[in-house]
Amino acid sequence: MAAYILRRLVQSALILLGVSFITFFLLYVLPADPVRQIAGRSATAQTVENIRQQLGLDQPFLVQYWRYLSGLVQGDFGRSYLQKSEVSVLIAARLPASLLLMAGAIFCELVLGLTMGIIAALRRGTAIDQSLMIASFVGVSAPQFVVGLLLLYVFAVQLGWFPIGGYGTLAHLVLPSATLGILGAGWYSRMMRSSMVEVLRQDYIRTARAKGLARRRILLRHALPNAILPIIAMIGIDIGIFMGGIVVVESVFGWPGIGQLAWQAIQRVDIPIIMGVTLVSACAIVLGNLLADLVTPFIDPRIKVR
Amino acid sequence: MTDASLPKIAAPRGALARLMRRKLALFGIALIVLTVGAAIAAPWLTSYAPQEQMFDGLTIEGAPLPPGDAFVLGTDLLGRDLFSRILYGARTSLIIGVVANGLALVIGTLVGVTAGYFRGWIGTVLMRFTDLMMAFPALLLAICLAAIFQPSLWIVAMVIALVNWVQTARVLYTETTSLAEREFIAAERTLGAGHGRILFLHILPHLVPTIIVWGTLGISTTVLLEATLSFLGVGVQPPTPSWGNIIFENQTYFQSAPWLVFFPGAAILVLALAFNLVGDALRDVLDPTQRGRD
Repeated sequence: MAAYILRRLVQSALILLGVSFITFFLLYVLPADPVRQIAGRSATAQTVENIRQQLGLDQPFLVQYWRYLSGLVQGDFGRSYLQKSEVSVLIAARLPASLLLMAGAIFCELVLGLTMGIIAALRRGTAIDQSLMIASFVGVSAPQFVVGLLLLYVFAVQLGWFPIGGYGTLAHLVLPSATLGILGAGWYSRMMRSSMVEVLRQDYIRTARAKGLARRRILLRHALPNAILPIIAMIGIDIGIFMGGIVVVESVFGWPGIGQLAWQAIQRVDIPIIMGVTLVSACAIVLGNLLADLVTPFIDPRIKVR
Repeated sequence: MTDASLPKIAAPRGALARLMRRKLALFGIALIVLTVGAAIAAPWLTSYAPQEQMFDGLTIEGAPLPPGDAFVLGTDLLGRDLFSRILYGARTSLIIGVVANGLALVIGTLVGVTAGYFRGWIGTVLMRFTDLMMAFPALLLAICLAAIFQPSLWIVAMVIALVNWVQTARVLYTETTSLAEREFIAAERTLGAGHGRILFLHILPHLVPTIIVWGTLGISTTVLLEATLSFLGVGVQPPTPSWGNIIFENQTYFQSAPWLVFFPGAAILVLALAFNLVGDALRDVLDPTQRGRD
């Protein structure tokens, strides 16, 4: 087990190295010039050249990458070109908001998805089952920005139950988390339904029924725990999906997280921030996948770690 | 040919008939036909050009008009007919859906099949690269690429293809590795068949069902991604109408003119839903291991 974890950690580190290289390379070859952005339109050629030298952007690609990497291993993400601050400080300031949003989304998708899936499995083949599964398809197919704007319109503008945007109280969290969670709720309800159907078909459930146990007790004590566990392992994988979604959701709701930080940085070609957020996201994705793989054998001892 | 390949080859036979028995799949197909029809027939379905700024398309205060007699779905912030823009926007969505997804399928198939068939160092390099792409925050990467290029329809399609091939490659890799170890492939090899012959005559045909399923589901992902990029302003650029950029342009009006978000949003949802429904049904119908389960 320890050897497996170690091997996976080394693999993860290599993947992150690759991500950093490719992102750095793309930002280097793409036709956007960060120096223009910093210097402004009216800057003279001399000023532009000075800034370029100051930032080391006149160096060959590999030299620049090496410099970035050696900073990175010491925990130095570099300085933002436009906001005069360390990238690590900027990310650290924004990360809690994004994590809060993701926690809210996980809560939403679990509550909504599991409930829908369980009801559908218990009412299998009925109109309730079918409408719930159509609903889950709608959740999977709905563009997040449209969901966000509609929720805003109905619950904030028309009904006035929640604030229109911003950050701070629990009320601010509800609509953005629901928006981010709806996609996952769609997937979870479908997985939960098939997992539950599979479990209900097992012999031990039939035995429990034959023993004369109450239906409620069979469901809550015998079926549910086994059906839910494989779904829980999926939360790790969700993190990767959230990393894209937060850019959209944070922009719709004006949520001050790393999604907005990245979006603003992309528009202004602030390369150190783009690199930083990409790496933090990739890190979260890799760790999320690792977590999902590590949790699975604990949940289901039949699955052996390879 | 040996018997080993028969069950899988037999699967697609009658698949169409089985697909047609599924209500949800039929509903999805109907929606797709409707959208494609509307996109093609756009000039005949509306008398307004999508780019035309109508003199009577705005209120005296200069606000967009709500849905009514003259403009079925109302007008946008520049006094253009929303119905017409949505019809022409369908063309954008469908073109990108087909082109980007087709490109992603080709890349995914090439990578997955090559890695799965040849294994060795080629396979290792290709699949490690695929793992690497999996670790990229796809949307962030797409936004980054699209924002830095001056986005046109084709650039957007390319960007989407570049981030969307990974799933296909992974699935096809797994299938190809198991196929390549089957007896009938070994038999072909013993008979002296070259790599090309084995790949195109014996491996690829078996992968067709999987490619069809992922191709259909992928269009849904592509439509959503295009809409998202266009909504953020880094996708298809106005005045070319796209469902995403209609919402992007009119976002500031959405509190007073919600139809400007609602109708194009519904269009995106319907098209993505249609391809998801059909893709999901195809998966059940084409994959023999899934049959009988629900």
